[in-house]
Amino acid sequence: MKGFGLKALGMAAAVLLAACSDSEQTTSTDTGAADKVKAGFIYVGPISDGGWTYEHNVGRLAVEAAFGDRVETTYVESVAEGPDAERVLSQMANDGTDIIFTTSFGFMNPTIKVAEQFPNVKFEHATGFKRADNVATYSSRFYEGRHVLGLIAGRMTKTNTIGYIASFPIPEVVRGINAAYLAAKSVNPDVQFKVIWVSTWFDPGKEADAAKALIDQGADILMQHTDSPAAMQIAEQRGIFAFGQASDMKSFGPTAQLTSIIDDWAPYYVERVGAVLDGTWTSTDVWGGFNTGMVRLADYGDAVPEDVRAMAEEARIAISEGRLHPFTGPVNKQDGSVWLQAGETADDGTLLSMDFYVEGIEGSLPSGN
Amino acid sequence: MDLLLLTAILHAILVASTPLVFAGLGALIQERAGVLNLGIEGLMIVGALAGFAAALSGQPLIISVMAAALSGALLASVFAFLVLRLEANPVATGLALTLFGLGLAALFGAQYVGRAAPQVAVWVIPILSDIPVIGRALFAHDPLVYLSVMMVALLWWFLYRSRAGLILRAVGENHDAAHGLGFSVIGIRFLAILAGGALAGIGGAYLTLVQTPMFVEGMTAGRGWIALALVVFAAWRPVRVMLGAYLFGSVTILQLHSQAFGISIPAQWLSMLPYLVTIIALVVISARGVQGTSAPASLAKTFRISR
Repeated sequence: MKGFGLKALGMAAAVLLAACSDSEQTTSTDTGAADKVKAGFIYVGPISDGGWTYEHNVGRLAVEAAFGDRVETTYVESVAEGPDAERVLSQMANDGTDIIFTTSFGFMNPTIKVAEQFPNVKFEHATGFKRADNVATYSSRFYEGRHVLGLIAGRMTKTNTIGYIASFPIPEVVRGINAAYLAAKSVNPDVQFKVIWVSTWFDPGKEADAAKALIDQGADILMQHTDSPAAMQIAEQRGIFAFGQASDMKSFGPTAQLTSIIDDWAPYYVERVGAVLDGTWTSTDVWGGFNTGMVRLADYGDAVPEDVRAMAEEARIAISEGRLHPFTGPVNKQDGSVWLQAGETADDGTLLSMDFYVEGIEGSLPSGN
Repeated sequence: MDLLLLTAILHAILVASTPLVFAGLGALIQERAGVLNLGIEGLMIVGALAGFAAALSGQPLIISVMAAALSGALLASVFAFLVLRLEANPVATGLALTLFGLGLAALFGAQYVGRAAPQVAVWVIPILSDIPVIGRALFAHDPLVYLSVMMVALLWWFLYRSRAGLILRAVGENHDAAHGLGFSVIGIRFLAILAGGALAGIGGAYLTLVQTPMFVEGMTAGRGWIALALVVFAAWRPVRVMLGAYLFGSVTILQLHSQAFGISIPAQWLSMLPYLVTIIALVVISARGVQGTSAPASLAKTFRISR
């Protein structure tokens, strides 16, 4: 039922968009530099979500700031993943948009499909794994951030129970859970993770309910992979700690927030739109972490003790310099089979398609979509 | 399962259900008068924003709730004018109201995003709250939870024990006959829509004042539609609306807890469960043909004075 309202909203937005830009003519050429570029963005949530979509929109604004008159950007927010996305994408491509960023995993198949119909339009899909000549992919190594969060959580939990609010069992989310768990376990052998899948990216009420359920079952630190700051707020109310997601959520948990993973898309978006202007754009697969600035951490909260802070910083710098990989063996899969031998690090292919829990996490992974 | 956890679960169920109780009652009073209003979602989010804005500006809870009710009623009056006066199609108008409300709240709500409202004080009822297990679960809530139960009782009394309620039901069952008896069908429906808008507004405000004291665009996340389904599920009766809301809330909260316990039921199934329960209840009701479970006879029919 939720889908209905949002879908209809997206439809209305698309109609509006079409109405506003029907007389638009752009000078798009296949090769060579362009005088002016039109960049489009498709968001899965509202730009005011204070998390995932908000940060993508910050990236879009950075593109405008960087290129001024040479760029025109448009966006459609709250686009439902699925057939609706295809329609919005086609609409954008028809309007003479040169490069379109589709900023959610669920837009993968629609992006590929529409890209086939518009070979002259360039597409950039976030967090996916399907590419084409005119479809590039990009993502951030959020699991590097999750590793640092896991270290802090493992050291700071008193009940040895970490609550984790997860959205959908896609590789990106599973990777985050595994990375955080392995890190927490490495500093606290007794640590236990409780994972709740809420089957939504954005429903503050439900995210809050899940947060309460986890706290009532003994969790004293919350992590989330959903988009609203609801869990942070509940953590603040209940006097426990939490990590923000995608964006600095300190205003919702002034004492609760230990730190937050911040997605910084601005450098990437500026670079890619710049490449279209220069005529040097090619389909690439970028997966940046701490080293590229695409993943950052918010300031540590006052509650984080000095020694924990030092440990977290050390890990962050080690990862950034390539001296530490969050997935380093020996690591077994949940069923006990060997995944990584001692000293072996995970390859990107396995990480990008991760569909299993590592050993020690309880509960089973919901079947993927 | 220890008792403390049981108390916490019951408490959470009541909190999760309360917005649905308000919104369900709001839909019910309109449908009892023969008005199908699919704009509940839009009324809720506008109420959510108005209540939140009032709370942020330092108003006490009662003023915030009144602001939510007033804004809901105000938006509903637009619907009333279109449907009753201009005789617009109620289904299309209701859908438009939802879209309009969501957009309106997003527009004016942008300035409130990222801010948190103060927490609402809890009223612990003496003696009753000392009952083991259920005491703290049922009698240590914010005032709005108690208000929602009082509204159920009030609406029940109004519909079944007052003359005004009888007239309202008559308008919903057969507007021509009610008109023939000299009652103002349009006037009564107008009042029902205002009351329904106010209740839906309060339901939305519960989200931004109590459940998650913040405002984000689209945060009602489909609860208005659930409220509409609840009214059908409840066979247009106020007490059953409340019970249905609690059932829905229970399934929602219990599925979250079962996951934290590590019970491995696919999460998708668990998310579907509340909706499945609603559908099954609907099937059972219609298959058994239980008396008095049918919709008001004049529901969603346009009334036109004929001479």
